Amino acid sequence: MKKHLLSAADLSRDDIGELFATAAQMHEVQHREVKKLPALRGRTIINLFFEDSTRTRSSFEIAGKWLSADTINITGKGSSTSKGESLRDTVMTICAMGVDALVMRHSASGAAQQVSEWVDACVVNAGDGTHEHPSQALLDAYTLQRHLGELEGKHVVIVGDLTHSRVFRSNVILLGTLGAQVSVVAPPTLMPSGVESWAKDAGFATSHELDALLPSADAVMMLRVQKERMSGGYFPSPREYTIGYGLTRDRLKLLGEGVPICHPGPMNRGLEIAADAADAASSVILEQVSSGVAVRMAILYHLLAGSEGSAS
Amino acid sequence: MTSSDQTVDGRVVLDAGDISRALTRISHEILEHNRGAADLVLLGIPTRGVQLATRIAARIEAVEGVKIPVGALDITMYRDDLRHQPTRGLQPTQIPSGGLDAKTVVLVDDVLYSGRTVRAALDAMADYGRPDVVRLAVLIDRGHRELPIRADHVGKNLPSSRSERVMVRLLEVDGYEEVRIAGKAS
Repeated sequence: MKKHLLSAADLSRDDIGELFATAAQMHEVQHREVKKLPALRGRTIINLFFEDSTRTRSSFEIAGKWLSADTINITGKGSSTSKGESLRDTVMTICAMGVDALVMRHSASGAAQQVSEWVDACVVNAGDGTHEHPSQALLDAYTLQRHLGELEGKHVVIVGDLTHSRVFRSNVILLGTLGAQVSVVAPPTLMPSGVESWAKDAGFATSHELDALLPSADAVMMLRVQKERMSGGYFPSPREYTIGYGLTRDRLKLLGEGVPICHPGPMNRGLEIAADAADAASSVILEQVSSGVAVRMAILYHLLAGSEGSAS
Repeated sequence: MTSSDQTVDGRVVLDAGDISRALTRISHEILEHNRGAADLVLLGIPTRGVQLATRIAARIEAVEGVKIPVGALDITMYRDDLRHQPTRGLQPTQIPSGGLDAKTVVLVDDVLYSGRTVRAALDAMADYGRPDVVRLAVLIDRGHRELPIRADHVGKNLPSSRSERVMVRLLEVDGYEEVRIAGKAS
């Protein structure tokens, strides 16, 4: 693996296989009485979050703690950035304290990449603007693989607010590396511009018709409608969005039996996903959260456990 | 402690028959020392320790007619040289359903060398439970201990030089069976 995890494209198929094998072993720790492994004893990990987060930040924190690293959280609000300090100064200040890894989330696309050029510490991108969120894609694929086996040739349908979704971007790249067949569905206003040429290069399909794709889906991934990133009218009304693209009770019937339903969270219940779907037996949404800890432990282990420069 | 690359140099110190006889003796020693198979748990250290533990359990079952729990204990994350080497992949850890509390645990490994693997195994085991007694069985003891650790049951004491390599090959893992000692690594 590379020194940093900035994009799903940083990972080869072998890297992913190795991470998943490690994650499977880490999963077992969650069920132990003593949830502690000594692998990262003496390492310091800073979670630097300039955007709100519940699950990503807490699961990175738990992952670090279970591996015996010292983890510290810094949020944008309440840090010196609100006094006007630049990102570079904030990051350099933190790293001057002697930090081994920086897990960061920022509203600007490419922020993690930029920071990785400034610091010596390993940088893990935990979401940069509308660009990427590789650890989410890893835990999504890991969860799906537990249900579907090898993802090669499996049809994964990703639905929702593609324009603002970093989860979608990382997932398309990662699922592509794993050989899955991906279809992405969104209303025309939430389809990112230029996606057709990317789809052609990367070999995934785009569509505006959800109902036609659901019967052939091996898995369906619902994305959150990101109201906080929307400044204009992307659809006439929430109700209209739900009718066209929400996973409603009626649409649930189009899915094959046991087809896993994913959502990266947080959910807008009743908007992109109905309660019937979110709480269905085939919903793996909570499993994604628990897999998230195991996958993030695997990421931190592979980035930090070995000696510097010798990581293969 | 064994090198994984295929070599044809060196000499064979144990063949398949020798390995089999050594394991039979170890099995009897364990039973004798424990006065039967009560509360015994065998924990193999991956990779080859697990195969050896499985074989010892089969022999004990043949003698005593009792099935003994066999597990695997991966020690990768407990190694003291973890950060001086490239990141290693993990091997499965499988603790028998009965747990380790109040059991007599026999750790099984292929080669005992510096003793650091065993130290790591003792640390790892403490996270899973508190056995009454922990014993150590190894196929080969090649000396050169760096820690105050000794084996209770040894298949063969093999005096060696630090520059030599000892390679254990088992049918289940390698497709053939022998213990070989070879000169200086090239």
